[in-house]
Order: sequence, then structure tokens, then C-alpha cells
Amino acid sequence: MSVKIFIPGDSGAIAVGADRLATRMAVALAERGLSAEIVRNGSRGLYWLEPMIEVEAAGGRVAYGPVKTSDVDGLLNAGLLEGGAHPLSLGLTEEIPFLKRQTRLTFARCGVIDPLSLDDYRAHGGLKGLEKAVAMTPEAIVAQVTLSGLRGRGGAGFPTGIKWKTVLEAEGAQKYIVCNADEGDSGTFSDRMIMEGDPFVLIEGMVIAGLATGATKGYVYTRSEYPHAIRVMTRAIEIARKNAILGASVLGSGHAFDMEVRVGAGAYVCGEETALLESLEGRRGVVRAKPPLPAHKGFLGRPTVVNNLISLATVPVILDRGGEYYRDFGMGRSRGTIPVQITGNVRHGGLFEAAFGMTLGELVDDIGGGTASGRPVKAVQVGGPLGAYFPRALFDTPFDYEAFTAKHGLIGHAGIVVFDDTADMLKQARFAFEFCAIESCGKCTPCRIGSTRGVEVIDRIAAGIEPEKQKDLVTDLCNTMKFGSLCALGGFTSYPVMSALTHFPDDFQPKHLAEAAE
Amino acid sequence: MPLEEHRMDSRHLDAEIAARTEAIVGRLKPLEGPLLPILHDIQAEFGYVPQAALPAIAQGLNLSRAEVHGVVSFYHDFRETPAGRHVIKVCRSEACQSMGGEALADRLLGLLGLDWHETSADGAVTIEPVYCLGLCACAPAAMVDGELIGRLDEDAVRDLAQAVRA
Repeated sequence: MSVKIFIPGDSGAIAVGADRLATRMAVALAERGLSAEIVRNGSRGLYWLEPMIEVEAAGGRVAYGPVKTSDVDGLLNAGLLEGGAHPLSLGLTEEIPFLKRQTRLTFARCGVIDPLSLDDYRAHGGLKGLEKAVAMTPEAIVAQVTLSGLRGRGGAGFPTGIKWKTVLEAEGAQKYIVCNADEGDSGTFSDRMIMEGDPFVLIEGMVIAGLATGATKGYVYTRSEYPHAIRVMTRAIEIARKNAILGASVLGSGHAFDMEVRVGAGAYVCGEETALLESLEGRRGVVRAKPPLPAHKGFLGRPTVVNNLISLATVPVILDRGGEYYRDFGMGRSRGTIPVQITGNVRHGGLFEAAFGMTLGELVDDIGGGTASGRPVKAVQVGGPLGAYFPRALFDTPFDYEAFTAKHGLIGHAGIVVFDDTADMLKQARFAFEFCAIESCGKCTPCRIGSTRGVEVIDRIAAGIEPEKQKDLVTDLCNTMKFGSLCALGGFTSYPVMSALTHFPDDFQPKHLAEAAE
Repeated sequence: MPLEEHRMDSRHLDAEIAARTEAIVGRLKPLEGPLLPILHDIQAEFGYVPQAALPAIAQGLNLSRAEVHGVVSFYHDFRETPAGRHVIKVCRSEACQSMGGEALADRLLGLLGLDWHETSADGAVTIEPVYCLGLCACAPAAMVDGELIGRLDEDAVRDLAQAVRA
């Protein structure tokens, strides 16, 4: 058996040269007459080390990174295929502290296996959850998911089991499972990593959701900005069909389930579940008023589970190990693990899956290693463009839905964007309004008009025009948007704006006054 | 070209667009919610969504032209005119901002002599903002003709501006 060299085919690795590296490696191996198989795995999520390659050596997988094409010959000279010593060697992959400190349940296989090898998937514990589920009643599956305490990983944190129960009990000849993979929040890429690195786990989760609710058709709604994820996911679905994981009789159970990938068209608001359904039906991505809930009247007016990708990809491990096993991780009402994405101006950026309860400070300082620029951390935005900016004073906040709400923030899809002290928080507040104006679906007035007025008011503060009056106006405007908007886009724009204004008041002093005072 | 001949020519072109559109609509119509897949395929076929395609879509899906236009104009991805030979999408989201993405984007716009959403007069390049490519741990990021670029810096921006003009 030839040695395996793992070179990620993940977008993040490709963006920093993994494709060129794989090509160069293949040529170099051929030149030397060496026999080795190049596997394009997903990313382990240690992005500052990408492209990070691994070799299956006698003592386990050995990692090297970040590797440039010009390093290939040197690595092979150093005995890469045997895991030889080299300045780029990171030692055994599993022993790298960033990885070792994690609890990988949802991401257990991501970066480990060949994403499109079903044999690899099975060999690493794949399909065990589904095999159990096919022997269970829908009620029993729902009960395990409810017991696990799993909550919506898109950010709303709604209990997944309760949503499934609603759809199970809803009347309808045709029901649907819709996976929300419209991962538009800046600072997040966990959905993308799963689709590119372990697509079968999402398929397995969606099939289980189908068995649990009586839905026979699924859609993965993802983004046009994710071409590699679309390609891998689509291919994985074809493979799953050929192997009776999808189709008329899932694993020979007699239950039908099939699914397909649908691609959005660059509208952030389609990450909101009702706008997503409108888009899936072929309309403008305009938010629907609730009720009716999608669980009752969703896609094409039929009962529909709309779950975030990470929620669905976590279901297989829950069914495999049991709801109690998953529930025993975490804190408070936030059970299980959360794949935190540490991004932006940070030394060790990447994906860190751990039980709920780690503090923001641990994640940013210990795990993330502080800023990439080496300057002090000024602020971190948690939860995407609609998340609050937290100063260092709030770094003791534990990663937990309720704890973040209590501090007027949100964990959202668990992305953290780190900013150093060069960040201008007035500019960030202005951007929050600007982004809302660009992406507003236009249905409700507070969001559509308020966002544009917000940009204007911030500009007046920057220009020093009656700044105190403008700040009152911003506060009032945020209040109107928060309580008057139909969905989170308009409603949560107040989080970045108000947190910037509250925690960083100095940045909202008129510039010429601040400069004169120095 | 004389006006009459030009009209004939554009009528011929419209008819061809309509015919190719009908084929796409015919193929994708059986899908549940076929309009977005149809529009993506039309854009892949023509490089944009031509006005001449709208009647064929509307007729095929039993919608009004206004409804189809409403969908096309809602989504940032769909172009109503062809793009330049190269398309640069630069991420303007927060993670890229935190790594100096804004200054780099301004530099690139300056080198190209373009503003956002503009196409150069010679048709060589179109530059557009994008809000997140999911490369937030290797920011700043961009996508050039579908290829992803992470850890963008001054040198990369300069090379990029030269490459798309070559």
C-alpha cells in the first residue's frame, strides 16, 4: 500500500496555494519515482498553517505547514514520506495544541478523511447514527434529539427536537428538510468546511431528519460564493444515491429520502429562513411574516424543517452516541459543543470545536494567540455582521447563548472577528448600517429606511454636527429597528451599532475635537 | 452598419437568445422552484441575463415578465449586462476589514481606475464587492474569475491589477 499524503482541497487552503502545491507534489513524486497517493482532504481548521499537509507515518499522521510549492523538494529530501524531520514539521497532527484542546464531535472527521470516500466515512464512524435511526420510530429519534439539548446553530438557538416534533405532528402528504447553508456571516466558514471536508455527515443528518419527521425530500441551500462546497456536496449526493443512503429505500429500510443542492445568488438576507424559502421557491428573497411557522407552512406551503447545517451535521453523532452523551457537554441551557471560528486579525485563526462555556478571552488570547498584527486587541465582533462588538472588559463572557444575550450580544453562527487597536469603531458602526442598507430585502420600513438614515446620522457624528443630538438619534433609531423590524437583519443591526457606541465612546467624539484635545 | 441591418441583426440575436433560453427552461422546469436554477444556467450560458431571455422564462413558468424581472434584479449575482473578461470580487466584510482589506481594495480600485461595480472601458475587467467568501481566517480575500485568493497583500494586489490588464 502506498503512503498517503494529505493536501487539503478546502477553499481556505486552496486560496493560499493548496492546488498549486498538490500539482507540484505530484510532479515531484513522479520525478523521483516515488509511490504515494495524494488525498485532497478537508481542512483541519488550522488556517494559519495552511496549506498544511500530512503524511501517514508509522507513528501516526505527521503535519507540515504552511507549505509552499518551493518547499516540496526540501520536504521530500528530508524524508517526507516517512514523516521525516524538517523545519516545517509540526509533529504528530493530533498533538498540535490547537487541535488537542478541542472536543470534536461534529467535526470529528473533517480534515481526517477523503471527503468523497464512503469507505473512509464508514471507517471513521460514519453512518452509525443512521443505522440506529432506521431501526427507531420517528418519535424515538425526535426524543433523542430533544434529549441532547441541541439548539439551532444558525444563531437563533431554537431547540432542534421541538422543531422536528412540530413537523412530525404536522399534517401533510409531502414534507421537506431544508438545510440552511447560506453561511453569509463574516467570520464564519464552518458550514463550508463540512460541505468540503465531510459532506456525508450532512447527508446522514438530513436523512435522519427525514426519518424523524416523515419528510422525503431535502434541499441544501448554499451560497454561490462557495463553488468548491457546491461541487463536493453535489458529488457526495450522487455517491450516496448510488449506495442507497439516498433514494427509494434508505439503507434498505423502505423509507424514501432524496436531496439536492440549491445555490443562492448573493443575497445575505436569504440566510433568514423565510427569505430562504421564498428564494428556494424562485422568488425574491423577501422575508415572510410568522406565523405561519415554516414547520407548518414552509417550502411550497408544506411542513418543513429548516435547520442550520451545523445542527443537521451534529445529528448523526447524537443518534450514534445517544442524546445523553451529547447533553453532558456544555453549560446552562447551551448543551453539547460549538464549532467556534476564530478569525480576522488573529495569530491562530481557525475552527475550534469545544463544549460551550469557554470564555471569550480564552478563545481570543489563549487559543487565538492575540492579534496577527501583534498590536493589542481592541474589539471582537461575535456572531457575524449583526453581532455585538465586545471590548476586552467583556472577555470573561462564557460562550453560551444566554450569557451573550445578557451582555447585549449574540453568539450567532459562532464566528469571532478580532480587531486590533487601529480599528475605528465609528466606521464599524457605519458599516453595520451600510451593510443592512445593501442587503435589506425592503419589506419592512425600519430596516429599509432606517439603515440608510443610520449611515447619514453616523456621518453627521463624524463631521461633528451636533454629535450629542445625533447619538440620541442613533439610539432611538436602533430601538425602532430592533423592535419594528420583521427579521434579524433590521432587528439585530442595533447590536453592532449600539455596542460600538456604548463600549467605545471615544471613537464617537468628533475627530477635530479629539485631535485638538491631544 | 445601417440602422435597418442593425435591427435585423439584433432581432436575430434576440431570437437566438430566446431559443437557447427555452431549452434551459424546458430542462429545468420540472424542478420544484425552478427559477433560480434557470437564471444561474442562463447567466452561465450568456455571461449575463439578457432582457431577451425574460419573455421566454416568463412564458415557460407561467409568470409575468415583471415577476421574472423582479427576481433578476433582487439578487446581486445576476447581471443585466455582460461583465468584463475578468471579474474581480473583493471581500469587504468585517474579517477582511480587520486585516486592512479596505485599504487594499482602495489601492486596487485606484490601480484599475475603477469604482465598485464598474467595468473598464476596454472591457478587460469588472470589479465588484462581495460580502464574505468564507476565508475569514486567511483574510483579506478575493475571488478572481472564480479562483480564490487569501492573505491578499500589496504585492498580490499589484500583480493582480497587472494580470487582468495584460
